[in-house]
Amino acid sequence: MTDNRVARFFLVLFFIGLLGTPFIIRRISAGRNADRSKADARTVLARHGFYLEEVSQVARIHFVHQSPKLDPKLDPIMPEVASMGASVSIVDFDRDGWPDIYVTNSAIGSKNALYRNLHDGTFKDVAGELGIADVNQPGTGVSTGAVWGDYDNDGYEDLFLIKWGRPELFHNDQGHGFTRVTEQAGLPRWINGNTAIWFDYDGDGLLDLFVGGYYSEDVDLWHLSTTRIMPESFEYARNGGRKYLFHNLGNGKFEEVSAKVGIDSRRWALAAAAADLHGTGHPDLFVSNDYGVSELYFNDGKQFHEVGKKTGVGFVPKSGMNATFGDILNQGRYSVYVSNISEDGVLIQGNNLWVPKEGTAGDALQYQNLARDFGVELGGWSFGAQFGDLNNDGTLDLYLTNGYISLDRNRSYWYDFSRVAGGNSTIIGDAKNWPAFEGRSLSGYQSKRVWLNDGAGKFVDVAQSVGATDTYDGRSVALVDLWNRGVLDVVVANQNGPLLLYKNTVAPENKWIEFELEGTTSNRSAIGTQVTLFWNGQQQVQEVSGGSGFAAENDRRLHFGLGQNPHIEKAVIRWPSGKVQTIDQPVVNQLHKMKEPA
Amino acid sequence: MSQLMSAPVLPPQAPTEKTAWFCLDNRYIAPAFITCILLAGHLSFGILESYQKTLLAIITSIGLELVIGRIFFHKWLHPASAYITGISVGILVRSPAFWPYALCSAISITSKYVLRVKGRHIWNPSNFGISVMLFLAAETVATLSIQWGNYLLPMLVIWVLGSVTIWRLRRFHITGIYVASFLAFAFVRSWMTGSPWQSEIAPITGPMYQLFIFFMITDPKTTVRSKRGQSLVVFLVALAEMVLRLDQIVYAPFYALFVVGPTAMLVEIWLDSRRARAAKLRVASDGS
Repeated sequence: MTDNRVARFFLVLFFIGLLGTPFIIRRISAGRNADRSKADARTVLARHGFYLEEVSQVARIHFVHQSPKLDPKLDPIMPEVASMGASVSIVDFDRDGWPDIYVTNSAIGSKNALYRNLHDGTFKDVAGELGIADVNQPGTGVSTGAVWGDYDNDGYEDLFLIKWGRPELFHNDQGHGFTRVTEQAGLPRWINGNTAIWFDYDGDGLLDLFVGGYYSEDVDLWHLSTTRIMPESFEYARNGGRKYLFHNLGNGKFEEVSAKVGIDSRRWALAAAAADLHGTGHPDLFVSNDYGVSELYFNDGKQFHEVGKKTGVGFVPKSGMNATFGDILNQGRYSVYVSNISEDGVLIQGNNLWVPKEGTAGDALQYQNLARDFGVELGGWSFGAQFGDLNNDGTLDLYLTNGYISLDRNRSYWYDFSRVAGGNSTIIGDAKNWPAFEGRSLSGYQSKRVWLNDGAGKFVDVAQSVGATDTYDGRSVALVDLWNRGVLDVVVANQNGPLLLYKNTVAPENKWIEFELEGTTSNRSAIGTQVTLFWNGQQQVQEVSGGSGFAAENDRRLHFGLGQNPHIEKAVIRWPSGKVQTIDQPVVNQLHKMKEPA
Repeated sequence: MSQLMSAPVLPPQAPTEKTAWFCLDNRYIAPAFITCILLAGHLSFGILESYQKTLLAIITSIGLELVIGRIFFHKWLHPASAYITGISVGILVRSPAFWPYALCSAISITSKYVLRVKGRHIWNPSNFGISVMLFLAAETVATLSIQWGNYLLPMLVIWVLGSVTIWRLRRFHITGIYVASFLAFAFVRSWMTGSPWQSEIAPITGPMYQLFIFFMITDPKTTVRSKRGQSLVVFLVALAEMVLRLDQIVYAPFYALFVVGPTAMLVEIWLDSRRARAAKLRVASDGS
């Protein structure tokens, strides 16, 4: 080497600078992406426009989820294979105008709960008396999720129960009870599923049902004939459960048509959601898969076409655990949020925020992952997430729950997990090759994320500051205006943990508007109906959903925050039937009940 | 592999007219092989985070090598070595961000010119770069550990191609001894910890190890010179890795090489200088 000492000095200096770069980047991003400061409620309200209080005990909700106990052959890794099942869905089952809460339990013999809203800040579990509590009986498997939809258009929301086991359909008898109609409906004997959604894929006015399998449906997790039930690959697995699309025939029966309409996948589905993403008037289907890439099915009203690779969302395999849509830039277009795994120094998948690329639409629609740019990338071992305007400032925020297995705080399973996950399929695919858990944690005790949207492409995590401070193993999140106050409250179902109710208090100067929709020609639940609100020179689109996030269903009513001094130009409602209805200058701070015009 | 290999072990051959079509200059063997791995892995499984990130790592690596070579050696260095470093970083580093790819490449290349003893760089560049990134930027960076399918066929193809390549470069003994040692230690660990032996050998069936054993531990510039010494060192790398694995260190192979590799180099350099001093003294005493 040359003896140029000056040059060498600068080279050493350059090298030291390189080594210091990660520290500098960490400091900058920490300051930019999170507010962890503690302050009193008034200060937080002034700073962020809202704060959350966990009120489950006050609301008389004492529900604690129990994990399943599967075949003893799985005992060494039981915490991992039995790590899902907690879910929450919102429904006004008795049509009293107040949202109720349904939650699943997952131990054999445990009871699900339906919390009827008593309008006074408290709830009462009525699942037992209405016949939808004791649904985890031996031999029938256990619950992993629930979605509500009025499949017979009688005005009352019916219940589809997702299970690792026998799926169940319960007909809602006008809010006074539920009748089990599983066999009459023609549902299969067994599905090991974690996700299902109601949607009217063919626009015939009847709600259809998509169900995504996780473990293969020929596996009875309580009576294993083999331990070769695990994914054949951590990122390329295609040996999961099959997918089902149950077409509603209108006579209380369903026909399974997935293969006929182009849905044929054995990826390990964990979450699904449907919305009209490419502007055809038909709901497209997004499926987030564990151990692989996500799938996006464009729907032309008759057939589904898998366009994951073409649109960009199905290229890099991760551990998809969530699917939710939000018009985060108030441009009238949905972005898609998919949660994955991030663990410092071990596995940094990063969550995906799929934002439509400028200038692409329709069949040419393409997405780019802007999670890092928007600041919503790292959320630990992320699970359920939902978009909603938590502070009514006019932009959609994002609530994310996380945490996988919280056992011994001081001992981690990550080392064993990483070495087996990197192994050949013959090793990873067999549960007996996995080292025993022995009470260790795996990404446990994680802090949640409440990302506030600044409307200009940046989200800031304010979870600790606004009061979302729990560290349970969160799974499912639902947003709902529980007490008809014009604010979105947050309900979180935790695996092996309590159901949490975060009551939201929002700065009163921020205005809001809500829509409760009822289809006539379209399905009566109005699932798939889009409302585009135009105010103060901007627009935001939202769509009634029959299930989204992770094993969750939000309030059927659409909630828009408007910020201060809003001037609403109009709300445009596009019903699944294709009818378009315009409301000029709707009144703010009010729930608008809209029926599809004849 | 930081640069997995920093340079070819054999001098470039001048192919005869007859064999020119079939022979590849030795300098290009490793780059060609690793490029094949990258393309095969990506086209079949989509192993890369993105083309852009890998390209960024390669461009940073080659660019910096050229600049530093120009300043310190007053010539344009052959880019093969830097290319391997860049492509290795592009494959092994896993991060949703772009900057770690550029930074890791830059640290790897610069380390070759800063961390030198008696004119030799002692760390395998990409091993150094990746280890440093794992130490300092753990919240943003992981390494390739699972993202390569998990099937047997691609693994066998890479093993066969890798073995042929390494054989031709006369370094197969290094890979062979490491693999044998790893497997032996895997069974020892299984016996000690009670873990299924399948889980102990699982890592070596993954893609990260294929890059590690074919490129990183065989790097001619950062391995000792004698065949016996190389065999001993690589055995010690496997031994250190076992100790780290018993402590449940996820990136045990990188850290084992990070520690054992330079230590062996320093010992060799020390022995060399002792021999040189002794020779000088002998010459001096003979002269007197």
